[in-house]
Amino acid sequence: MSGNNTSVEHGHEGQHADMSKKLIWKVFFYLLAITCLEFFIALVLVYNGPLEKGPLVNFIYVVLTLVKAYFIVAYFMHLKFERMGFIIITLIVFVFIIYFIILLLTEGSYLHTHLHHTFG
Amino acid sequence: MSTTVSQLDQVKSGPWNGGRSPFAIEYGKVMMWFFLVSDAFTFSAFLVYYGAQRFSQITWPDPDYVFQSIPAIADEGYPLVFVGIMTFILIMSSVTMVLAVEAGHRNAKKEVVGWMIATIIGGLMFLGCQALEWSHLNHEGYWWGRIPEHYAGIDKIGAQQFANLFFTITGFHGFHVTTGVIINIIILCMTLGNVFEKRGTYLMIEKVGLYWHFVDLVWVFVFTFFYLV
Repeated sequence: MSGNNTSVEHGHEGQHADMSKKLIWKVFFYLLAITCLEFFIALVLVYNGPLEKGPLVNFIYVVLTLVKAYFIVAYFMHLKFERMGFIIITLIVFVFIIYFIILLLTEGSYLHTHLHHTFG
Repeated sequence: MSTTVSQLDQVKSGPWNGGRSPFAIEYGKVMMWFFLVSDAFTFSAFLVYYGAQRFSQITWPDPDYVFQSIPAIADEGYPLVFVGIMTFILIMSSVTMVLAVEAGHRNAKKEVVGWMIATIIGGLMFLGCQALEWSHLNHEGYWWGRIPEHYAGIDKIGAQQFANLFFTITGFHGFHVTTGVIINIIILCMTLGNVFEKRGTYLMIEKVGLYWHFVDLVWVFVFTFFYLV
């Protein structure tokens, strides 16, 4: 059993050549750049600038957030270098979260329209 | 006896034929991933509920005006600056963690110890910043079930939901950071005690690293939905 484990670990270590120090710092600068871009939009373009808070700005924020999440999960958490079967079983369940988001935001909008119309 | 082996008797060697991990990942690491997936569901449920509340309320406090202080420097006028520092600290500590994992692959104990200490310091700095942020908001009048007096009429409902959800979600995240720091300290002690040296593999650093990156990942979402949107 223990011998078996070691072989698994060795097989796994072989794939770690992909994650060098250089790549780590590269990913760090990507994350930093995206965060700075978010601050630029929030402070320069929205707070002191011409843009209004609203669906467009929020959409940009969500896209940038998902890009950051991709870099963290794929490179820092090393998921990109795992086998395809493992990537699929960890990510496929988030279909339910997407469905949940659609459901509850629809519900929220419904309440926004009807509850305040009735009591407001 | 025939010397030829029939097809049924041949030893199967495909990845799904048993005897080894089909994913080529060690058992503990697979379990850490599954735990993180379940934890991601918890955080998603919190954040989706936050979204539903925000969609249903007529007014919501503007984060640019709620979060505009830098402790010990300025009370107001600097939206997002302090949370920017917090975000930078957490991303930075994620990088030092991944560097510790990288050093672990080379079995370089000294480097692992150095990067782990840096990660722990980063985590503690983040927790300190969060404590300052919480005490500032509490000072302003926000708490579970309590909002500042300047909210009036219909604004009160949204502000109260904001206060409750802010303290619940950042509190739950802060709890994860706290446990992460404690686990990091345990792993650091184990590294110093040559546990992984004797075991011959620093795989445990990797598993703890996964947890630490997950904490960073959650913060990315909390930051967007509480502070930016």
